[in-house]
Amino acid sequence: MDINLLINFAYIISALFFITGLKMLTSLNRARQGNIISGIGMFIAIVVTLLDRGIVDYKWILIGIVIGTVIGTVVARLVEMTKMPEVVAVFNGLGGLSSMLVAWAALYPELKTLSINTVNQPITIQSSLLMATIVLTIFIGGITFTGSLVAYGKLSEAIPGKALLFSGQRFINGVLVLAIIFFSFRFSLEPSLNSVDFAVVLLFSLLLGIMMVIPIGGADMPVVISFLNSYSGLAACAAGFVLNNNLLIVAGSLVGASGIILTNIMCKAMNRSLRNVLFSGFGSNKQSSQNIKGEVNPVNTEDAYLMLEAASRVVIVPGYGMAVAQAQHVLEELMAFLEENDCEVKFAMHPVAGRMPGHMNVLLAEADVPYEKLVEIDDINQQMPSIDISLIIGANDIVNPAANTDKGSPIYGMPIINVQESGTVIVFKRSMASGFSGLDNILFYGENTRMLFGDAKESLIDLVSKFKT
Amino acid sequence: MEVIYLFFILILSVFLGFELISKVPSTLHTPLMSGSNAISGVTVVGAMVSSGSGEEQIAIILGTCAVAFATINVVGGYIVTDRMLAMFKRKKSGQK
Repeated sequence: MDINLLINFAYIISALFFITGLKMLTSLNRARQGNIISGIGMFIAIVVTLLDRGIVDYKWILIGIVIGTVIGTVVARLVEMTKMPEVVAVFNGLGGLSSMLVAWAALYPELKTLSINTVNQPITIQSSLLMATIVLTIFIGGITFTGSLVAYGKLSEAIPGKALLFSGQRFINGVLVLAIIFFSFRFSLEPSLNSVDFAVVLLFSLLLGIMMVIPIGGADMPVVISFLNSYSGLAACAAGFVLNNNLLIVAGSLVGASGIILTNIMCKAMNRSLRNVLFSGFGSNKQSSQNIKGEVNPVNTEDAYLMLEAASRVVIVPGYGMAVAQAQHVLEELMAFLEENDCEVKFAMHPVAGRMPGHMNVLLAEADVPYEKLVEIDDINQQMPSIDISLIIGANDIVNPAANTDKGSPIYGMPIINVQESGTVIVFKRSMASGFSGLDNILFYGENTRMLFGDAKESLIDLVSKFKT
Repeated sequence: MEVIYLFFILILSVFLGFELISKVPSTLHTPLMSGSNAISGVTVVGAMVSSGSGEEQIAIILGTCAVAFATINVVGGYIVTDRMLAMFKRKKSGQK
């Protein structure tokens, strides 16, 4: 029996498993099974590839798989839920890197046969096309790799999270892109092992990944991560063209499409176009036209406790600060005490709260907050006027009323949670320093706003202990 | 003609992808992302062929690195996704 036929048949089965798995990942009840099904599909693909006749030596494959499995398992098991955006960014980058290396590795046997066959003949269109797909894969994979690394650096705060802009940035990126296109063309028409063209394309692609993500601010990270997620799929897809592998094309384009959908959802949630996110640093282009008037009213935990004890409807708005303070568990405790006290508690979820799509949902799920208590932005905004108290835990831009009123504000037009319409707003905040976006929040100066300064987790622990006594 | 045939598959898959994932509850955005990210590690299949080709030394080295990186992506991605989804599940059964 033809081994190649068997492999390709198994690939169809794998693709079916991926498709079914992804489909199930979009439904809450079946998501976990879906993930396992897609894992089985991957397992089938890997095992059946071992039968490939091109493989003569299993030693290195095994070494690679063992190393990868050990590292992957350890990292995935040990990582804290609050560090999830960083982990997703790193895994994503590794996916892009391996697609890049696959294309790079495919170059050598190809060039060898080429140099034997076409000693004095011009290169065929087919070979040129193949070389072009190889450099395309290098390009996409390279951008995904370094872009994800920079995103990781920003998320883990190893490098400054705010938008880094310098003059001529767009010009430099434009030159990089043009250079990559030019050298890719030259390489595709005259591929050779010693050519500098290939090295230039490789290095410039890696550089471009860095340059693209550096100017993007921390608050825009949900868009960037979704975008890079899409890119890692496209890189696998491009590698599929290099290797004539159907499975890579199908799986890669599924991931690419899902990443694009997420990117779109995130952009809509911020009322910005993808172009705007990618090419203009957040909050750097416009300055707020409004001068903020009003006073800051601080409050201590004792008063906050008395207010909460008297409240009958409370909305909690979590943001990135909740993840930083790891306050999700104590927040769940506070919720339990409030409910014991006959108070209705809801969580207002903004799509771009946190640093990746769905970031807050994962943390609240970790803390066992029931899914039914999470309310999406449109629904919660309708109920706002009847809410007694809104608790803002580490959220900033997503509750900034300037998005509704101030045309000069960089976030103007972004849908926000209208906490200013509730009876009282209590903001848990470290200090008056502005957040990632660098914007002042007029909410903090509102008449019905009380600022509870200090570490969110400690303030919450304090509040919970008061409920206990 | 091979290329045309591959493009055919590409176009159909992209449309399939859009259809499959058009409606995602926002709760599942993160697991969907890390789960689909694990799928993008399917490039490991291509890496294995280079790594085991036993010919060009440099291709073997590059291929082996690619196998290791892609495996981290695959194994880590699936485990992390499973951990997250387990939390969503536990909460549900706890309510009953």
